[in-house]
Order: sequence, then C-alpha cells, then structure tokens
Amino acid sequence: MGDIDREIMVIAEIDEEGTPTRLTLELLGLGRGLAPPEGGVSALVLGSGVEKACSELASRGAERVFFLDRPELTPYNPEVWTPLLEAFLRERSPALVLAGHTPLGQDLLPRLAFSLEAGLVTDCVGVRAREGGLLFTKPVYGGNALAGMRITTPLALATVRARVGEALPASGPGGELLPLDLDPPAEAGMAVRERHRLEASECPLEEARVVVSGGRGMGGEEGFKILRELARLLGGAVGASRPPVDAGWAPTTCQVGITGKVVAPDLYIAVAISGSSQHLSGMGDSGKIVAINRDPEAYIFQVSDYGVVGDWREVLPAFLSKVKELAAE
Amino acid sequence: MKRGMHIVVLAKVVPDPEGPPSSFEVDPAGRRVVARGIPPVINPFDENALEAAIRIKERARGTITLLSLGRNLSRAVILKAVASGADASVLVEDDSLDQALLDSRATAALLAAALRSLEPFDLLLCGRQASDSNAGVVGLGVARILGLPAVTFAQRVEVENGKVVVERVLSEGYEVVECSLPALVTVSGEVGDLRYPSLQAIRAAKELPQRVMKPQELGIDLPSPWVETVSLEPPRRERRCRLVEADSPAEAGEKLALLLREEKVL
Repeated sequence: MGDIDREIMVIAEIDEEGTPTRLTLELLGLGRGLAPPEGGVSALVLGSGVEKACSELASRGAERVFFLDRPELTPYNPEVWTPLLEAFLRERSPALVLAGHTPLGQDLLPRLAFSLEAGLVTDCVGVRAREGGLLFTKPVYGGNALAGMRITTPLALATVRARVGEALPASGPGGELLPLDLDPPAEAGMAVRERHRLEASECPLEEARVVVSGGRGMGGEEGFKILRELARLLGGAVGASRPPVDAGWAPTTCQVGITGKVVAPDLYIAVAISGSSQHLSGMGDSGKIVAINRDPEAYIFQVSDYGVVGDWREVLPAFLSKVKELAAE
Repeated sequence: MKRGMHIVVLAKVVPDPEGPPSSFEVDPAGRRVVARGIPPVINPFDENALEAAIRIKERARGTITLLSLGRNLSRAVILKAVASGADASVLVEDDSLDQALLDSRATAALLAAALRSLEPFDLLLCGRQASDSNAGVVGLGVARILGLPAVTFAQRVEVENGKVVVERVLSEGYEVVECSLPALVTVSGEVGDLRYPSLQAIRAAKELPQRVMKPQELGIDLPSPWVETVSLEPPRRERRCRLVEADSPAEAGEKLALLLREEKVL
C-alpha cells in the first residue's frame, strides 16, 4: 500500500445511552492524524436511534458520517452487519478501516477481511504513517514481543486498542450526515436470543480513567471489597489479574490482560499483582502505574511509576483514608 | 442426527504462553520469537474448544477430530490432546508451514482445504485467538471460506435440536446466540480447562486414527500474504519506579496518597 491517498473510515460503536464510545472518538482522532488533508476521515454508524451519536461524531472529527438507522441493526448481529458493510466498503473503497479492539471489532473485522480480501491487523497499539505506507504495531507472544506489520492489500483493516488515538474536542456542527440506502438481509443463520448484564458496574473497565486491580495476593473474595471502595472513591473500575478470576474471587468481566480486557487508564493501581507478561500486556499502556506488593522483587515494580513494598492489608486502608481526606479538602 | 455429531477442533501448537518472559527470545533480524526451554502446548483457547467439544460429545454422542497445522508438530502434545477425548487427529504438516511466515490468510485457506477433504462435519470449534499471534482471525477466516455461519467468544456451547446455542462473552455480560449447523464457534477461556487424560487413555490414544497430510495434497496454491511482519522487538515496558519509603506500611499508604496528589496523578 502506498501513502494514504483515500479516505479513512471509522466503524463507530454507540453505547446504551446513544453516545459514541470514547474509543470511537479516539479512532476519529487517530484517523485525523493519518489522513491526508483531502479525503479525510469518515465515520460509519449502524444501529437504531443513532441520530444523536451521528451529530456528535460529525462535530468530533468525522468529515462525513454515513449512517443506517434501522431497528434490525441492534443488538449487533454479524450476519446482518457483515453484508451491509461489505457492500458499502466495496462501493466506497476507503484506504483504511479502523474499529475498536472490542468484542464487536474483533468479531466483525476478520469477517470483512476475508470477504473483502483485505489485510487486517488486530489489537494494534500503534498505527503510524511512514514512508511507503502505514506501520501497524501489536503485541504478540503474550506481550513478550512487539510486531510491526504492513498490509499489502489496497484496503487495510485494523482493530485498535483504547488510548492509541486521542479524541478531538467538539467543534461546530462539523461534517456532513449521509444516510445510507441499504437494506439489511431478510434472513440470518444466527439469532440473538437474549442478553445478560453480569453486574451493574459503576464504570466500564475499558473506558475507565482509573483502574484498581487485584492479584493472587488478595487472598480471597473479601480482599476485593476494599478495591471496590477505592475504585468508587476514585471514580474508576475494578480489575483483576487472572488468578483471582480463575479462583472465582472476581468475575471474568474483570480480567485485565491480553486474553481478558485491555485497559489504558490514566491511573492503574496494581495491588498484590506480581506482573505476568499476559497481564502487563493488557495494562502496560496506562498513563501512570502504581504497584503495591509485599514482595520487593515482584516484576511489577520494574514497570511501575510509583510503588509501595508492603502488605496491602496494612497499606490500602491508610491510603484509602488519606485519599478520602485529600478529596474532602 | 442419526450418525451423531462430527465435531472438528482446530488446534494450534504454540510455545507455552505461561513460560517466563525470559524464555521468549526475540530475534529482530529473523523477525521471529524463539522459545527457549519451554515446551510446546496446544494453544490454551484451543484446549478450551476441545473441552467444549468433549462436553457436547458426552451429551449428544458423536466423534471429535483434532486438526492441526504447522511444522514439526509435537506428537506428544497432539497425543495428549487426543487422549483427553478426541477420536482421531489430522495433521497438515510441512517444513514450509513456518508459523513465523504464514499469515492468517494462508493458514485459513489451508485449514479450509483440509476440512473439505475430511468427512462432513457438523460443528467446527477453535479458540478465540492463538497465544502466539494474538490475532483471532483464522477461525473466522475458515468459516468465511467455507461459507459457514460463525459465532465468536463462546463461554458455553450446546447443541439443541440441530442448532448450536452459544453463550457469547460481551464486555459487561453475555448474550445467547442460536445458529444453524454446520457452523464454526470460537471458544473463550470461560468454558473451562481441558480435562487431563489418564495414562491409560494416552496409551489407548496411540491406536486412534492419525492422518498426516502435506499441503501439496490439499490441491490449493498457498495464497500470498495480506499482512507482513516487518519488524519484531522486545516490548519496552520498563519505567523508573519511585518507591515510597516509610517506617510502617500504613505510613507508606498515606505517603503514597500524598505523593500521587503532589504529582497530580490523583
């Protein structure tokens, strides 16, 4: 692929309140940085009741917002979405399609890659323009190596992690809103029967600005209570490394790591986590990392900005009450 | 189904992802990772897929074929997986199938061709992603090439009335998806760990049908890659850690809060 000479298309995700996710806005920002002044960045929205989201996308960097507003489009069903996107992208022929490395992006883009015969790099932690095209970087081997990849097809696809791009501030009415004239397929081999939310978490992990995570050293379910209290106080979410999830102390939706959730908050507090590659690869891009661990040799200290060597049972309550005190000031 | 289900599990042989970071030696010049001193294993998510297959077989009868592709595939690893509950194995094996050079397009094309040469199957299962490439692309690619519906990220897979019913993991919960057969399902860790085979089962598994195929027998040309690895580096993770000094852990906790406030982290 040569330099980007055509449009960059961002596949938008809309949350339950009808607003675009933070990651979607970041992708627009990322696309803006990569796109030529002409051509620019567009957003593609499929869903129902997407009007509000479309105007926000238009004011946050999308020069064009293509949308299809139909009740059949929610909840996401790949058998309904894929043929629509396939037809649209074939016709529109962008240079690059970006989606979040989310359950939706991870499900949808591989399907599009094979039906559009396009190269795909998933789980990107970087997308940079460089001589001769784009360089996609992603962790491989459980985060023990970082690969730089190039896509050789005319259309390139990528799923991107949170915080790789930066959301742009809202400005004016912005881009054009362009309704699509496409009909969802009448029949699909797959049907979504029901949806369950596991817990009403205060803040979704991937979107959280602060994540407080516990590891094996929490010793049990009980230990997670104070983490929850701290997360609530800081307006963040609770995470866990794999051992507490395997042991059933924390729900699977909390698992942070390359095989769980990938997070990149401003502040990551790792409590009683030693720091396996799998885990580090899921949180290593956090703004600041704080480690609390009894073992001074724990690897987590090498990858943290601030640390306390000590038992969390003694350190955390004091930390918590001091944070409360500071917050009250 | 009269003949019982035929389930094929796609299983990739990878270096043990639980190995210590020091065992993954990055060779930037060769653009490959060399695993030192750790054994090969079946990709953990593929093991989850095999476990899901065994549970279906326990309820619905049928047979399980394990399909793997690569070069120098460890017979011990394959045998152990087969012994845990599969009925046969098919290996597409050749020196040319170097996983550092094969992209997901070629891998999916070869697997799809191998599947066409097997007897008809009802259900294809594989892990949601491999622990080496970390891509999560091949399974869906195989489904696309074979024209099968596909469901990703299963935490539970059941077959009811000729359909596959999948609990699919979402960010904040799960959804229940129903899909016609034949279909492909990618499996997540929530399904549960693969059971251990007994020594007796491992001995018995040696007698089970095993087929080894060359890619040339599949009657397809290896497609050119869509994606190329142009660089490979060790991750840069090290940060300079400011350790809080204090006389007691409680004091350290307080000082940490003050320090984070001072640094405008809090």
